[in-house]
Amino acid sequence: MSFLELKDLRIHFPTDDGLVKSVDGLSFSLERGKTLGIVGESGSGKSVTSLGILGLHKGGPARISGEIWLDGEELVSATPEHVRGLRGKKMAMIFQDPLSAMHPYYTVGDQIIEAYRIHHKVSKKAARKHAIDMLGRVGIPEPSRRVDDYPHHFSGGMRQRAMIAMALSCDPELLIADEPTTALDVTVQAQILDLMRDLQREFDSALIIITHDLGVVAELSDDILVMYAGKCVEYGSADDVFYRPEHPYTWGLLGSMPRLDREPTDRLMPIKGTPPSLINVPPGCAFHPRCPYSDRTAGRASTEVPELLETEGGHKVRCHMPKAERRSLWENEIKPVVHWEDEITAVETP
Amino acid sequence: MVTYIIRRLIGAVIMLLIVSMATFAIFFLVPQIAGATPEGMASRYVGRTASAETAKLAAERLGFNDPLIVQYGRFVKGVVAGAEYDYGPGVEKCPAPCLGYSFITRQPVFPDLMNRLPVTFSLAIGAAVIWLLAGVGIGVLSALRRGSFFDRAAMTVALAGVSLPIFFTGLVSLLVFAYGNPFSWAAQGGHYTTFLDSPVQWAYNLILPWVTLAFLFAATYARLTRAGMLETMNEDYIRTARAKGLGERKVIVKHGLRGALTPIITVFGLDFGLLIGGAVLTESAYSLPGLGKYAVDAITNQDLPKVMGVTLLAAVFVVIANLIVDLLYAVVDPRVRLA
Repeated sequence: MSFLELKDLRIHFPTDDGLVKSVDGLSFSLERGKTLGIVGESGSGKSVTSLGILGLHKGGPARISGEIWLDGEELVSATPEHVRGLRGKKMAMIFQDPLSAMHPYYTVGDQIIEAYRIHHKVSKKAARKHAIDMLGRVGIPEPSRRVDDYPHHFSGGMRQRAMIAMALSCDPELLIADEPTTALDVTVQAQILDLMRDLQREFDSALIIITHDLGVVAELSDDILVMYAGKCVEYGSADDVFYRPEHPYTWGLLGSMPRLDREPTDRLMPIKGTPPSLINVPPGCAFHPRCPYSDRTAGRASTEVPELLETEGGHKVRCHMPKAERRSLWENEIKPVVHWEDEITAVETP
Repeated sequence: MVTYIIRRLIGAVIMLLIVSMATFAIFFLVPQIAGATPEGMASRYVGRTASAETAKLAAERLGFNDPLIVQYGRFVKGVVAGAEYDYGPGVEKCPAPCLGYSFITRQPVFPDLMNRLPVTFSLAIGAAVIWLLAGVGIGVLSALRRGSFFDRAAMTVALAGVSLPIFFTGLVSLLVFAYGNPFSWAAQGGHYTTFLDSPVQWAYNLILPWVTLAFLFAATYARLTRAGMLETMNEDYIRTARAKGLGERKVIVKHGLRGALTPIITVFGLDFGLLIGGAVLTESAYSLPGLGKYAVDAITNQDLPKVMGVTLLAAVFVVIANLIVDLLYAVVDPRVRLA
């Protein structure tokens, strides 16, 4: 069994308006030292998935089913107290906006010390030394001085570094980064991504990067999982998803991604329509109302939920179109239009 | 941080100056603008039965013929450095801070105020402890169980607490707990023992006023805390604290409540400052010899120097409370220290 394995995970939230199916039957696995990128629009269930793994899904009585196996332990059926003991130590999380994710009334050092001392019975002094050490490792200059600063004294990039230091303070084996660079400007984004890659190698942890930015996953990921309306629509190695994508939604994401190697006159191709409501998910394939190829499914698009099927060597796609048709569409119609070259040049690294 | 403190201190001094002007204006300026003659002003000091010559002489000695600015200067000097009253045969020295002499008892007002202050302070401090514990506690629980029976019940009681006046809750509590039935256990009104004489008796005598007063304030604090907690518990940093693996109790108190504390401290400082200046209704309802009761009695007797003294003292307490709140702000919210 893999280090992390999700089997048919479902997280549903009962609300006054109906059942919100944030995550609806998600399965994937991840090994130590590997990076998985989860990509999707806002509201596709990416963040809820990560919160679910940590046992932090909230908003009233969330209904969670399925299995989450972390290093041989099942977490969905484990007691909340047991999962709490794993949080921060075995699995840790880096959040999107480091300013709001850090407590404004405590110093950066205190917050790291707190994280460390939850799981380690050490003196304050030893924990402080560890905090300074961690701050130094994430590239904060003069860590012994900055340790007593408050989050508002830090710049955005420094704050995210501090956040990473806090998440890594207990040497977690699974690190989940939820939009780690979204709140940062482009040059700082690249630095943070580099840092995360280096630290992941150093700690040999499993890393999940959640983002709506394909450039970020292109930089870091071994595998990529594309989510739409709470379900995985395409899963495969980074090469599969970037060079041989087979799902129309993935094509849409690639087409709407700004790239430096495109002609300035080229227009981005946005995906038409808006993400579906998670209460009234469209029947059949959830993407079909926005899919330009839904007429090629022999009428099954709106009646039958497509299966996530393997096409080749671990590359899985959830689409009604026949495999051959998908491939020829990509080669002949999509790839030339999105100007997909051999080299992935993410916009984040100029 | 130092500049912040200095700025606040200067602000407080300016506020005190404005307070003195306002007090002077209310008691000396407005009547004179309204047409009171120097003799008319002085007649308040010598009584209605005094002859016209006596009033004229008093006006002369008390300085009501002088320009207003000189009168104000003398008023401030009296408060800061003390005053001397020339009553003909001799000179009466009124040590600083001189707030004048009572018309009725002929005693200087300030020592009177200082005698009354411990009563009001005892009342305020005990009530504050109760309302802070109860109000903040109920507010936190209500926020955590939003929409539950507890939340609704607590908020209904809180509404009652805000709405019911002290002279109602006070009298009802006396009736139920202190008078007229065999189970009455609390002290009846009008008793006060100093803390130093007997802490137990002190608390016993004050327990009803404490609870009554706290009921009024706890309601406000419960609502304030609930609103603050609902907001902070949705903050991202709460999720971060949970993600670290912190226990829920610590998440709520150390991270949630800490974030919701700032507005509570502000309101508390102002409420407490105001109360020390005299919990008028509570002290009246329970006949406690504090500043509020003193003020009410003084107003009833038209004892002007007393009324003025209480007013000035109450205003000073509000200014001091404001200053303390400002300083506490910097302690509680590190972001304030930058400003």
